[in-house]
Amino acid sequence: MISLAGITKYFHRGSINEILALEDVNLNVRAGDFITIIGSNGAGKSTLLNCLAGSYPVDEGSIFIDGENVTSWPEHKRAGEISRVFQNPLLGTCASLTIEQNLALAARRGKPHGLGLGVKKQDREFFQENLRHLGLMLEDRLKDKVGLLSGGQRQALTMLMATMVRPKVLLLDEHTAALDPKTAHQIIDLTTRVVSENKLTTLMVTHNMKQALQLGDRLVMMHQSQVILDVDGDEKARLTIEDLIERFYTARGEEFSQDRMLLV
Amino acid sequence: MTWYAFFGALEQGFAYGLMVLGVYLTFRVLDFPDLTVDGSLPLGAAVSAVAITAGVHPYLSLILALGAGFLAGMVTGILNTKFKILHLLASILTMIALYSINIRIMGRPNMTLLGKNTILDPFYAMGLSPSEAAPILFGIVSLLAVIFLIWFLHTAFGLALLATGDNKQMITSQGVNTHRVIIFGVGLSNGLVALSGAMICQNQGAADVNMGVGTIVAGLASVIIGETVFGSRSISRAIIAALLGSIMYRLAIALALGLKLGRFSFTPSDLNLITAILVVAALTLPQVRARFRLK
Repeated sequence: MISLAGITKYFHRGSINEILALEDVNLNVRAGDFITIIGSNGAGKSTLLNCLAGSYPVDEGSIFIDGENVTSWPEHKRAGEISRVFQNPLLGTCASLTIEQNLALAARRGKPHGLGLGVKKQDREFFQENLRHLGLMLEDRLKDKVGLLSGGQRQALTMLMATMVRPKVLLLDEHTAALDPKTAHQIIDLTTRVVSENKLTTLMVTHNMKQALQLGDRLVMMHQSQVILDVDGDEKARLTIEDLIERFYTARGEEFSQDRMLLV
Repeated sequence: MTWYAFFGALEQGFAYGLMVLGVYLTFRVLDFPDLTVDGSLPLGAAVSAVAITAGVHPYLSLILALGAGFLAGMVTGILNTKFKILHLLASILTMIALYSINIRIMGRPNMTLLGKNTILDPFYAMGLSPSEAAPILFGIVSLLAVIFLIWFLHTAFGLALLATGDNKQMITSQGVNTHRVIIFGVGLSNGLVALSGAMICQNQGAADVNMGVGTIVAGLASVIIGETVFGSRSISRAIIAALLGSIMYRLAIALALGLKLGRFSFTPSDLNLITAILVVAALTLPQVRARFRLK
């Protein structure tokens, strides 16, 4: 359904600071896939999501969504098909707008913004119903500014906003990394629920190997700008953390050693 | 302060009120410090003066001024978004260019409207004196502009505009082309400023290429005074506060000009200095207050 074909991305190309962030990356995402993406820092995980969302133009390769070539589409145009939750809980919502105004913008994702009233009366009931589903008691605070909410509440709201209009693909970029463990756990629960209830095609970047194994039905490991592991189905279900570490070092062409494992 | 001075301040406050609303739109809503206004205020005046001289109906000349200001603002918006020039610099470039353009439009640095029809004529025909007609007309126009802006910022497009000023990444990932929103927003702002310039020019009976000097500072001062005194909890409240801030600013100026300390008194040329000090004071006051609270 979504395919990345031969994606290459440089930063600062042509300067002494040139970085090859993605090197000939190929990935075929099937409808309904829930893919967890792991990899060390600088492996290219976030760059991959940013290229898919259109935040960064790619240097080589093509991106297809449902057979349509979207490589040249700007980010705002792709937003009709793709929704995102960022690592920074402040990025997904507008602090100076109210909860209902934020939701109204999300309800119109990918649609034209006309001169009709921004938040209509029937919208409010729809929003309240959705907020009740979050279980954070936000349904009676429609007119509160989002800046008053905690990071966790804002991230939960962003999750709701990203899925209120069904996206073709949901991109989660370490969306729990900036939260405290308890809140992170709640957001992960919410993620699992929302993704399975709506059978959303999802790409989730994480640093947490345990999380990458528990969640999703497909796992992609990246290293030095390339995809070095892509497993799904039973193979994914049988994977252990030890397997992952072993695969990581094998792919790097290094002997796996016990003391290395201890370091991890 | 005499009643005459009071009504004068009211008249100025309303006439410049549209300009202040424009500055509010860029400075506060879009988070886009826009100095274009120093050029688009005289642009509105020049377009209106030339149009009236050419026989265009004074009210129609207001529409032309609004359109010209809108275009000037769009240029700044395009320089910023499409050419990736820093907003402040983009607006300075447009402002500088407008100086030449305004002289081209008028064919000379200034022109009078002596003996020409103005937007105030229908009010004179009703038997009102100039010191009554101007505040009433400008008051009505400002009120309409306030209602328009409150409505506009509550529409779906208005929400997108508010979000663009707050969090570009968020609104882009909701599918909004922020470039288009910024170009339109800065355009609308400068349209209001040019409209303000056209009304001021018809009221004082002359357009001058230098009449825009210090507009941005006066606009900022008004916005900040309005916010400080009347608050900005909701959008509607902030918009009304901006207009009231404009009136308070003109009243403060009138008071300062009437002030006599022994042999010293302020002259109109001191206004820019007073305004600059006022803005600095208003901008630093919250920090000073916070520091004292900490101790």
